[in-house]
Amino acid sequence: MEHIRTPKVEQVKLLDRFSNKSVIGTLHLTATHLIFILHHHIASVEKLSLTTSGCPLLIQCRNFRLVHFVIPRERDCHDIYSSLLRLLRPVSYDELYAFSYNPKQNDQQREEGWQLIDLAAEFERMGVPCDQWQLTDVNREYKVCETYPRDLYVPITASKPIIVGSSRFRSKGRFPVLTYFYQEKKAAVCRCSQPLSGFSARCLEDEHMLQAISKANHNSRYVYVMDTRPKVERHELNALANRAAGKGYENEDNYSNIRFQFVGIENIHVMRGSLQKLLEVVGTRSLSMTDYLVGLENSGWLRHIKAIMDAAIFLAKAVTVEGASVLVHCSDGWDRTAQVCALGSLLMDPYYRTIKGFMVLIEKDWISFGHKFADRCDQLDPDPKEVSPIFTQFLECVWQLTEQFPQAFEFSEWFLIQIHEHVHSCQFGNFLGNSQRQREVLQLKERTYSLWAHLLSEKQNYLNPVYSPSFAESHPVLEPSTQACHFKFWRNMYHQYDRSMHPRQSILKQVLTFKESNRELEGTVQALKTKLQKFGVSTSPLKPQTPPRERSLPPRPQSLILGAPLLKRTVEGSSATENGYGELTGSFGSKNEPAVVTLEFGVARMTC
Amino acid sequence: MEFAELIKTPRVDGVVLHRPFMPTVEGTLCLTGHHLILSSRQDNTEELWLLHANIDSTEKRFVGSLGTIIVKCKDLRVIQLDIPGMEECLNIASSIEALSTLDSVSLMYPFFYRPLFEVIEDGWQLFVPEEAFKDLESMTDEWRLSEVNKDFSVCPSYPSLLTVPKDIDDESLCKAASFRHGGRFPVLSYYHKKNGMVMMRAAQPLTGTNGRRCKEDEKLINATLCAGKRGYIIDTRTIAVAQQAKARGGGFEQEANYPQWRRIHKAIERSNVLQESLIKLVEACNDQSHSMDRWLSKLEASNWQSNVKEILTTACLAAQCIDREGASVLVHGTEGTDSTLQVTSLAQIILDPACRTIRGFEALIEREWLQAGHPFHQRCAQSAYSNGKPRSEAPVFLLFLDCVWQILRQFPCSFQFNENFLIMLFEHAYASQFSTFLGNSVAERVKLLLSQKTVSLWSWVNRPQELERFLNPLYEPNNLVIWPSVAPQSLLLWEGVFLRWNRSTKCLDEAYQEMAHIIEYNKELQNKVNSLRRQLAQLETEDSPLQTP
Repeated sequence: MEHIRTPKVEQVKLLDRFSNKSVIGTLHLTATHLIFILHHHIASVEKLSLTTSGCPLLIQCRNFRLVHFVIPRERDCHDIYSSLLRLLRPVSYDELYAFSYNPKQNDQQREEGWQLIDLAAEFERMGVPCDQWQLTDVNREYKVCETYPRDLYVPITASKPIIVGSSRFRSKGRFPVLTYFYQEKKAAVCRCSQPLSGFSARCLEDEHMLQAISKANHNSRYVYVMDTRPKVERHELNALANRAAGKGYENEDNYSNIRFQFVGIENIHVMRGSLQKLLEVVGTRSLSMTDYLVGLENSGWLRHIKAIMDAAIFLAKAVTVEGASVLVHCSDGWDRTAQVCALGSLLMDPYYRTIKGFMVLIEKDWISFGHKFADRCDQLDPDPKEVSPIFTQFLECVWQLTEQFPQAFEFSEWFLIQIHEHVHSCQFGNFLGNSQRQREVLQLKERTYSLWAHLLSEKQNYLNPVYSPSFAESHPVLEPSTQACHFKFWRNMYHQYDRSMHPRQSILKQVLTFKESNRELEGTVQALKTKLQKFGVSTSPLKPQTPPRERSLPPRPQSLILGAPLLKRTVEGSSATENGYGELTGSFGSKNEPAVVTLEFGVARMTC
Repeated sequence: MEFAELIKTPRVDGVVLHRPFMPTVEGTLCLTGHHLILSSRQDNTEELWLLHANIDSTEKRFVGSLGTIIVKCKDLRVIQLDIPGMEECLNIASSIEALSTLDSVSLMYPFFYRPLFEVIEDGWQLFVPEEAFKDLESMTDEWRLSEVNKDFSVCPSYPSLLTVPKDIDDESLCKAASFRHGGRFPVLSYYHKKNGMVMMRAAQPLTGTNGRRCKEDEKLINATLCAGKRGYIIDTRTIAVAQQAKARGGGFEQEANYPQWRRIHKAIERSNVLQESLIKLVEACNDQSHSMDRWLSKLEASNWQSNVKEILTTACLAAQCIDREGASVLVHGTEGTDSTLQVTSLAQIILDPACRTIRGFEALIEREWLQAGHPFHQRCAQSAYSNGKPRSEAPVFLLFLDCVWQILRQFPCSFQFNENFLIMLFEHAYASQFSTFLGNSVAERVKLLLSQKTVSLWSWVNRPQELERFLNPLYEPNNLVIWPSVAPQSLLLWEGVFLRWNRSTKCLDEAYQEMAHIIEYNKELQNKVNSLRRQLAQLETEDSPLQTP
């Protein structure tokens, strides 16, 4: 609290981003929230020069929200500004919201939350360990690789010396390990980091390791090695400095039975710049169609999304059609590799398209294998060069798939958006830190709560009403179109809070309501029939057209973050002035619209 | 003329048909006067039944003696026919070419088509101006129905009956007509019941370079203003274009002569520009090898989405003037038959809930497009694959439908019809067995005796069996004005039309079915609950005397 100089300012104006509307309210500053906006969400704060109506304060959030306050007195504004600057830069993990967040659960509930996802059970589900793949204890103490989890699966023929030798030849010790096993063809998806081949160095153990992966699959004579880096980046690896640093790629002469496949996904710096450009374009007021489309193209964002999708499709095809095992890597094997492995697995395995399965997938390919969430999402004392929207891109790829296959996913886009929200909110422990080891040191399971338990408790908000479990039988493997014209801009993600841009009636919400109503009505029909039976009337049994639910779900909580899209966005009619068709301003004096955003509620949560 | 003269080879065996996302079919190709038919010999079913009128252009290629004809349709579909034998292929190609470009309207299929269904409700009688005027009369007595154009001599592109201010006599109308392009003097387009404001439409005034004026025209439009009120003139052209029009005798309303009106210029493109835009868009959509950058840049270069945005924005502006500013509006461009109609019809969809029902939308198309004299025959003569020099083709109506689709996407529960209805209208505007979209004006249709000789599209569409496909399961009548967002992020490419033939829609269709099913099931359950409740209540009342002795 010592950082907060002015906890409350009255008569603050909140401006709408795309129209001339504004509302007036009171601004509160607490240790974890600036009313409605959680500090960790804030990407940057900007103090603009004084205007006649007051001092503007511009806050850019990580959930792509942009808030524009006008504070009457400059001193207040400055106080808020400097407090925020400090509050936004937590110096230790203890300052993060997750360590003070208390959802009024007891220790047992908290523990149960953390036990929801069990990766050992997940590998068992895939059919591992088996006659070709085993669990190795080589990394039990994080001695071989600090950024890998303790439990790793390797081919049975990969002995400890081979593993250790291979790990020394791979960047950050990230040697090839199993991440997904396609039981039907006994084909494996493995991941690792780049080889430290440097000046024509080779490593026999690493070559053995790849041999072992190849041998573990009798269906195919070869293993694909997917280097997800673009050619330019590979050419740079040939540069003296890079080779002196030991970076490199597999020399094809040294590895037998290998097929190399290069896919060009750009690095974290390019992706960061791309998103920045995208946000600049779509944040422009009175944007013309030409500027929008040109800006979309110049940002390269959809090109990157397509590149990731193309890579995942290649992976899925190699495994499911050719029955070949695939080893995926990039540089360190925690960004592009995670994207491709996770998305590829989701294409191959319908389980990952369920709510629980998707959590497992994130827990496996992202959290446990050491995607550096703390660095990439700017959680703590950040290095701006480490920040990058790698995970956001993965979520977007999944969204693109939900658009092409509306019945394939148990969840709707709000599930993806909610996960994105919490990757940045630091309200739950799951995404804190950069590796499993670090999370253990932080004792996250003892000191924080799991997001997954929270999301499951609100499950009905994230359901896709047209989800069809039988879709998985007809489409076990998704084969999306990768034609450029089938990729769309994800408005609900990047403009979640720009109300005027969204459809005023939500099909999703409507159909969800119908589904809930159907469930209630089925109950009513049963109850009425029971009553009628007391009168000795026999009634024909109701033919359920939709399979009955296993159990009834808890009532929908009212105080949802996604209350906005799910509940409020059904506002019909809305106003003409908000959309700015233009050219009428002040002519005959347009009437004032009632304020749509009220600032009084939702203080406990982060959004209004 | 006999069609047989044009058909040198009426039948070829062993023709292979290739269509996107469908298995290839081998069969017999037959040419009739109006159709290209391919039936597979196995089970004698027709695999393809294509109206010649739907063919936009053809290309032929030869590899040895195997000929290939690529048929590009006005509904944007592209199919390929492999025809064995060079002579057969050449004959077929030239027949298709000739039959798909017949000039005479009276040779068109609607004059030969005999419906296989019983016409219960004649579409020709459904939307007559007298009926619309009765509705108006119930709301206001400020207007009258004028017969000044009963022989189409005052304005050849207007219908015979027109709604005009009560105090303006026919003589003044004639004078105003001589002051407006094509005789299209200002007439009522829409009456906003909520506040009594109106929308009128016209063609440009013929002010010319020396600033001609016409007292009757001024009086006519001033008659629609309440005392002390001002109105808006929405000119769909930019000020520069409107200035240039003066040199050709056209122009715009001068402030000095119309002091009670404020003029706003918008920038809706002229029809030849729109046609080019469509051609570019479809070309971009059909090239599947595009990289992301190339696709986005070609989409941008086509300008289609910009056109959608501009038209929709102008319509919103007109609606805003009427509903929010409480002002009357006059809309015009140059001829008053294209962009003007886009704006007036879209504004009505925004303002008037009745236009969002199926009947209301049909009535809107009758009123604001067919009777208002949109030259369908000229505009829809060719579509996106036309390779000849464009004459007066333009996707004006398609752009209107696209804009409706955009509003439908934003208010998915406010329309009684679904996307299929809009796509169906697009198809029938370009090629149809029905004659609704034949001709360029009411006068032409009367001359062609369409209502006696042919079947109206509405006679077919409004049959319950057909309507079912077009009903929106999410529809809940919504009496509010609906304001769509016109931000570029909110406007989407109409995939249902432009990507229709280069993707498989199976997954999307099934999802739609499932949604419809959930809603249908809800209705069933409601009915079930109600009937059980009734049954129970009945039993309880029968029982109660026994329980209380």
